[in-house]
Amino acid sequence: MPTASSSITWSHDFDSALTQARANKRGILLDFTAAPM
Amino acid sequence: MYSDQRVARFISDQLEPVRVHVRDQKDEYKRLSERYNAQWTPTVLVLDSEGEERHRIEGFLPAGDFLSQVALGLAKSAFQRKDYADAERRYREIVDQFSSTDAAAEALYWAGVSKYKASGDASALKATNTAFRERYQDTAWAKKASVWE
Repeated sequence: MPTASSSITWSHDFDSALTQARANKRGILLDFTAAPM
Repeated sequence: MYSDQRVARFISDQLEPVRVHVRDQKDEYKRLSERYNAQWTPTVLVLDSEGEERHRIEGFLPAGDFLSQVALGLAKSAFQRKDYADAERRYREIVDQFSSTDAAAEALYWAGVSKYKASGDASALKATNTAFRERYQDTAWAKKASVWE
């Protein structure tokens, strides 16, 4: 389930995001975090 | 960093944002941290559309510095796919918009390289060396450009 932080809608499913990135020819911002979600 | 509207807008417009939490997603964190050798939080990677790492940001940065680093990652992605015109444009935007950040000197160097790669004209490198005489003189990037006489 995506979550929003400010106006960013984060995906938590990397594999789906990679599929989306390939389809849209966009890069990925991958954030490894310990911050509260 | 992400509460800054400039950061949020830039990331939303340019990238697919993915967040992996060290405790809440233990299995996914282990899988991806091993794949990308991420050993600290925050670690933020800019990946290209095939999932290849193009830039790494480890540790917290203020919004402007963070944004300049993300932009650097996108410029590196353009350079890697040999789209040198797009790479030069992106590098020069970093120099213009984030001139006081650590990313600016690196961007100035690679803007010159991108222009040279696109044109084959070595004067682009000489001009870059000249530009470094006026700014960022104390950086490693100025030293690297100093051979372009």
